[in-house]
Amino acid sequence: MSSSDSREGALPGGPVMVALAGNPNTGKSTLFNGLTGMKQHTGNWAGKTVAHARGRYRYRGKDYILVDLPGSYSLLASSAEEEVARDFICFGQPHVTVVVTDATCLERNLNLVLQILEITARVVLCVNLIDEAERKGIGLDLPELSRTLGVPVVGTDARKGRGLGQLQEAVRRVAGGELALKPPILTYSQPVEKAVAMIEPAVQELAPDYLSSRWVSLRMLDGGEKFNRSISKFLNAAPAQSEALAGKVAAASGFLEEKSGKSASDLIVSAIFARAESIAGEVITISPGRADGWDRRLDRIFTSRRLGIPVMLALLGLIFWITITGANYPSELLATALFWVEGHLQALFKAVGAPAWLEGLLVNGVYRTLAWVVSVMLPPMAIFFPLFTFLEDLGYLPRVAFNLDSFFRRAGAHGKQALTMCMGFGCNAAGVIACRIIDSPRERLIAMLTNNFVPCNGRFPLLIVLASIFLGYRGGIFRSLSAAAVILLVVVLGVMITLLVSKILSRTLLKGLPSTFALELPPYRRPQLGRILLRSFIDRTLFVLGRAVIVAAPAGLVIWLMANVKIGAFSALEGSARFLEPFGALLGMDGYIIISFLLGLPANEIVIPLMIMSYLASGSLLDLGSLGQLQALLLDNGWTWLTAICVILFSLNHFPCGTTLLTIYRETRNFGWTAAAFLIPTLTGVLICFIVATTARLLGLP
Amino acid sequence: MGDEPIPLHRLPVGCCGRVFEMRINDAARRRMLDLGLTFNTEVVALQQSPSGDPTAYFIRGAVIALRSQDASQILITPVKSG
Repeated sequence: MSSSDSREGALPGGPVMVALAGNPNTGKSTLFNGLTGMKQHTGNWAGKTVAHARGRYRYRGKDYILVDLPGSYSLLASSAEEEVARDFICFGQPHVTVVVTDATCLERNLNLVLQILEITARVVLCVNLIDEAERKGIGLDLPELSRTLGVPVVGTDARKGRGLGQLQEAVRRVAGGELALKPPILTYSQPVEKAVAMIEPAVQELAPDYLSSRWVSLRMLDGGEKFNRSISKFLNAAPAQSEALAGKVAAASGFLEEKSGKSASDLIVSAIFARAESIAGEVITISPGRADGWDRRLDRIFTSRRLGIPVMLALLGLIFWITITGANYPSELLATALFWVEGHLQALFKAVGAPAWLEGLLVNGVYRTLAWVVSVMLPPMAIFFPLFTFLEDLGYLPRVAFNLDSFFRRAGAHGKQALTMCMGFGCNAAGVIACRIIDSPRERLIAMLTNNFVPCNGRFPLLIVLASIFLGYRGGIFRSLSAAAVILLVVVLGVMITLLVSKILSRTLLKGLPSTFALELPPYRRPQLGRILLRSFIDRTLFVLGRAVIVAAPAGLVIWLMANVKIGAFSALEGSARFLEPFGALLGMDGYIIISFLLGLPANEIVIPLMIMSYLASGSLLDLGSLGQLQALLLDNGWTWLTAICVILFSLNHFPCGTTLLTIYRETRNFGWTAAAFLIPTLTGVLICFIVATTARLLGLP
Repeated sequence: MGDEPIPLHRLPVGCCGRVFEMRINDAARRRMLDLGLTFNTEVVALQQSPSGDPTAYFIRGAVIALRSQDASQILITPVKSG
C-alpha cells in the first residue's frame, strides 16, 4: 500500500489494530488510559512510555487493540525506542496509526507526522492538549490542517476526556476505508530526488507490496548501517542482490555529498521541517500576549541561580513533613483497630481449642506482622506516593534534572539519571525500568546500579519511625519538623552517594565518554488533584496491602518458626542472631537487625515489623500499638541513637529488594550485573556503617 | 541579520539566533536534527541552570536543555534584538 488514495472495503474481520505514536510527552499515555481504561503510569516528563503497552476498547460493536508505542521525535531512529516505534509502524502493519501531537508545539510535532504519512495513509492525527493551547492563546485551524494533510484531524484533551469519541469514530472510519485519504507527497531538492532515483528501481524489485519503495529508498539513503540491516530482513533479497543494492546506496550518498556538501539526513530532515513550518504557518495563529508567561515565571524560580536548589530541598522537605504528620493519626487508628482484632483472634483460637502452636503461628506470627505493616508502614506510603505523583504530573521532575545535571556530568553520568533517580523515590523497580530513557548502555547501567541509593517508598516508613523516635526533638511540631529534616539529610546523603558511586563506576567498571544529552522541559500542567491523587492513593494502598499479604505474612511465619524451633540450646532465631552478632556490632547494629534486613529482601517495608517480631519473640511479650511502646522495646534491646543512625544508613545502602533485583536481571539479561547491583550498595553500606560506628565509639559518644 | 557565527553556548540568555552549521555527527546529529535544529531555524536562549550548564533553549515551540559541550558544536548567527 503506497502513500496515496486508500479505499479498501469494510472493517477487518478480527479486532482492529491501532498503533499509537507521537512525540514524547504529548499525553499519549493519558490518551491510552482514557481509551482503554487501563492504568498505565503517566507523568509529565518526556520519555515515560518505554514498553509496548497494549490495551483494548470496544466501539460500536467492534474490538480495537491499541498499541502504545514509545514516544519518538522521528522515525529516522537514533535510539532503540525510536526503532521499536518505527519498526512497528512500518513492518507491524497496523490497520490505523493514530499520531498524538502537542497542540502547543505543533510545528515540531509535524516532523513525525509527515514522516509517518510517507509510510502509510491510514492515519488519524490527534491534536492533544488543546486546552493548554487555548490557555496560551494559540489558535489552531484543524479543518484546514485536515485538508492539507489529507487525513482526519481530531482535537482532544485527553485528561478531561474531550474529543475521545470523535477520535474513536475517525479511527473506525479510517479502518473501514470509508474516507478518501490523500496525504501530501513530500518532494525534496533536486540532488536528493536524483539520488532516490538511483536507488528506487532496485528497491522496487525487492520490496514487498505493503512498503512504499520511494520511502524505503529515502530511508536507505539516510538510515545508515542499522536501518539497512533491519530492512534487509523484509526485502526478499538474495545476498548478491543485497550487495548490489548496498553498492547503489553508497554511490547515491556519495553523489549527494559531492553535489550539495551536506549529508542525506540533513537534506531530508531540512526538507521535512521546511514543509512542517509552512503547514504550521497556515494553520496556527498566535494571539498577541501569548500566555506562556507562567511557565517562564515558574522556571525562573525553580531553576534560578539562587533559588533553584534551595526550593528543591524545601519542596522535598515539605513532602516529607506532610507525610510524617499526615501518617500519624491514621497509624494510631489502624494500630488500635488491628490489635483489638488480634485480641479477639486469640480469644477465638482459644475458644475453638486450637493447639497453642497454631495460634502462635497464625496470630503472633502471620497476623501480627501483617498488622504492623498495615498500621505503621502503610499510611506513610499511601501519603507519600500521591504527593510524589503530584510533582511528577506538574512537570517538576525535568526541572530537577536540569538543576542537577552538572553534578551528574561531573560524575560521568547521563543527565537523565536525575530523572531515574527521582523515580526511585517512588519505587526502585520503577526507577530501574525508567533507565530505558538513557540510550547509551554504559550510562544506563550506571543509572541502574545506583538507583538503590535513593530510598524508595518502602523504606521511608523505617526512616520516619526511627527518626521520630530517636532523633526527633521533644514533642509536637518540633518532633515532626526535625524528623523531616533528618530524612531530608538522609536523602541528600543518598544523592551524594549516588553521584560518588557513579563517578567511581564511570572511572573503573564502566569507563567511557559522555553521550549527548538533550532534555525537554515540558510546559507545566495543572495536576488533576482529585482524580490522580485519589487514584494513586487507592492504587498504592491496594498494592501495599496486597504485598503485605504475599510477602509480610510468610516472612512473619518464618520469624515465628525460627523463634520457636529449637536447635540445641537456643531457638533458631536466637542462634542465628548470636552468630551474626559480632558482624552486626561492628556495624553499630545487632544480630536481630541483620536477620531482619536479610529476611527483608522481598520487600523493604517488612524490615521494621520483622525487627519488632524478633525482639518480641525472644523477650517478654509486649502488646505494641504505639511509637512510644516501640521506643521502649528498642531501648530495652540495647538501642541507642547510634544504632538508629546505623540502621538508617544501612537501610539507605543495602541490597535492592527482590522485585528490583529481578527487574535489573530482566533489563540487563546478565547475572554479573545483577550481582553487582546486589553487592555495590551492600558493600557501600557495610563500609559506611563500620566507619560511623567505629568513629563514634572511638570518640566515646554513645 | 547578525555577524559571524558563534557557538550556541555563547548566546546570551534572552537573545535569539539562527542555526548556521552543526559540527556533531552520527547519532547526536540525528537527535539534534529531529529536535528541529535544521539550517536557519530560530533558537532563543531562555534560562541557565543554577550551575550555568545546561542552558534551556526555545526551539520550534518546545523548550530543550542542552549541555555546553554539545551546544558548543552548534554554530548560530545571532539575530539583532531577540
